[in-house]
Amino acid sequence: MRKYTPKDNVQKKSYYTDRFYISPRVPRSEVENPGHFADVVNALKKLIQESYVELNQLIIHIKSTDNIKVLEILKEKCGYTVCSELSAVDYLARDGEFEIFYQMLNMNKASRVRVLTRIKKDEAIESIVPMFKMANFAEREMYDMFGIVANNHPYLKRILMPEDWVGYPLLKTYPLQGDEAASWYEVDKIFGTEYRDVIGPENRDPAKIDRYDTKRFSRVGHEVSFGEDISDGEQEKDIEYSKTFLVDYTTSQKQLDKRK
Amino acid sequence: MQQTNKLTPFFENLNFERSDNMMIINFGPQHPSAHGQLRLVLELDGEKVTKAYPDIGYLHRGIEKMAENMTYNEFLPTTDRLDYIASTANNYAYAHSVETLLGLEIPERAQVIRTMLLEVNRIISHLFFLATHALDVGAMSVFLYAFREREHGMDLMEEYCGARLTHSAVRIGGVPLDLPANWTDAMLKWCDTVEYELANTYETLLNENRIWKMRLEDVGVISAENAQSWGCSGVMLRGSGVKYDIRKEEPYELYGDLEFDIPVSDRCDSYGRYRLYMQEIRESIKILRQLTPMYEKSTPQLMAHAPQYISAPKEEIMTQNYALMQHFVLVTQGMRPPVGEVYAPTESPKGELGFYIKSEGEPYAYRLKCRAPSFFHTGLLQEMLVGTYIADVVTIIGSTNIVFGEVDR
Repeated sequence: MRKYTPKDNVQKKSYYTDRFYISPRVPRSEVENPGHFADVVNALKKLIQESYVELNQLIIHIKSTDNIKVLEILKEKCGYTVCSELSAVDYLARDGEFEIFYQMLNMNKASRVRVLTRIKKDEAIESIVPMFKMANFAEREMYDMFGIVANNHPYLKRILMPEDWVGYPLLKTYPLQGDEAASWYEVDKIFGTEYRDVIGPENRDPAKIDRYDTKRFSRVGHEVSFGEDISDGEQEKDIEYSKTFLVDYTTSQKQLDKRK
Repeated sequence: MQQTNKLTPFFENLNFERSDNMMIINFGPQHPSAHGQLRLVLELDGEKVTKAYPDIGYLHRGIEKMAENMTYNEFLPTTDRLDYIASTANNYAYAHSVETLLGLEIPERAQVIRTMLLEVNRIISHLFFLATHALDVGAMSVFLYAFREREHGMDLMEEYCGARLTHSAVRIGGVPLDLPANWTDAMLKWCDTVEYELANTYETLLNENRIWKMRLEDVGVISAENAQSWGCSGVMLRGSGVKYDIRKEEPYELYGDLEFDIPVSDRCDSYGRYRLYMQEIRESIKILRQLTPMYEKSTPQLMAHAPQYISAPKEEIMTQNYALMQHFVLVTQGMRPPVGEVYAPTESPKGELGFYIKSEGEPYAYRLKCRAPSFFHTGLLQEMLVGTYIADVVTIIGSTNIVFGEVDR
């Protein structure tokens, strides 16, 4: 029977799994009171769903509709003037949700806060460009890679991928080598759709070996002249090794002398 | 209405033939001073830029996607291809995040070697900045002089790890090799040369140079508030008067024990940033000189001892059965870090470089996000370029010091 491969996550999986192995967790600790992080938590109070400290950074879980309010309080009252990064994590297969994180930095206290929020598949999130201009590019990248729309973004367009690309590359459903649309993209773009039959889909797997390919190095040891048809009546030949003069130093001292 | 066909494609946001006397030009992606693959669409009123739109993605290789399909150790050489001017800084930033996630303690000698490599890389990168920036602005000879010293710096890297550009000189858990014999002497000698050349060649040629000052002063002005809003880091931020260096404020490796200053300038322009880069080279040399005695004092252990995550040293693998088994499992399956997430920022030559890693306890990262400083500096161009003249565009791109391996990932 063919092995079942889940369609909702086509990324590489571990070949070996141990049912009884429980992976440890990075230690989490309560927010220390009093302390700077406790002040942050107090300033946000009702907006926080969950808060804890992980690896010296405060993690705050909030509702996705509160993101503007929370970041505004962080910026105006708690001194988190820099948003150093923002992006998403795809949890569609497990929870049907995206997790969006905002990595905030307070330069006076040299402390970092990560704001986490979750949105459902077809929901949008409010853009934070009016507060942090860095989101102009970061939210475009998030849209490009996950298809998450940021409402009221001044110019929400693809940024890294071409404008007419189909699919969102960082989704777990998107294979590493690209999907069907990706393999036709350049053929359609350069030659036109009518040439699909002539050219065929683009090979997007760099490790692919075609044994009837006489142009590339896929027939090491079975090289034939260029363009020769080898698909019919192929004879298996032994692989020829180069005849190097092998010296066994351990048994024969004479051989070594001969070499000298 | 645009007539579109395969040769003249349709751009919905651009109108090339307009009647309002504005001109639209494509700056790049094949422009010698576009620092790689930057396409900048500029709307010009005479010689004044009225709109700028940086179009990136020409070097996009999906490195974050690849990270989800590679084990943690497999991915490390890929990080070389981010900021290829200073690869070790990327290797280190990645290794540092994974180590933080694993909670590893790095042996002292490995820390010294890493810090040395990071600072050598910083000097190499800053010399590259100086060379290309000067070349863009028109100072050809500075380019040649700076590249000479950079080549010697790359010789040092080659002597250590065998590669000049894609080093992979750092491993998760330490460094693979000890320094070769007399490497520190060669390095100190190189430091002396760089310091001498800095004072007697580069700065003498440029600091008071009338043309250089006219081209750089009050060009590419960015206020402190704007710099923070755009997510600027590194020299772009310190050039606007914000004193924030991650090495000093959130020390990692040995930076907490070392004595060095953080040069700041409140000129907010390209000239101020150029002066900062020069100062930073001096600080790096200061750090390197402090590190040599520390290296001699340290014990020779190079990799962290964590059998669950890191292979044992080669001698143990070859002699002890259990070490060999561990090594086999780690190579064939990859390490399984604990479940959790980490964002560990480091100060790369370009700015704040950090890897956000989300681990689900699998040998493959569930999500890896590379926070590249150049990406945000490129975003800033759309605001910084408006109102400047076309001749200054080159200066501004040069002084943001963007590298496209990092922007496009």
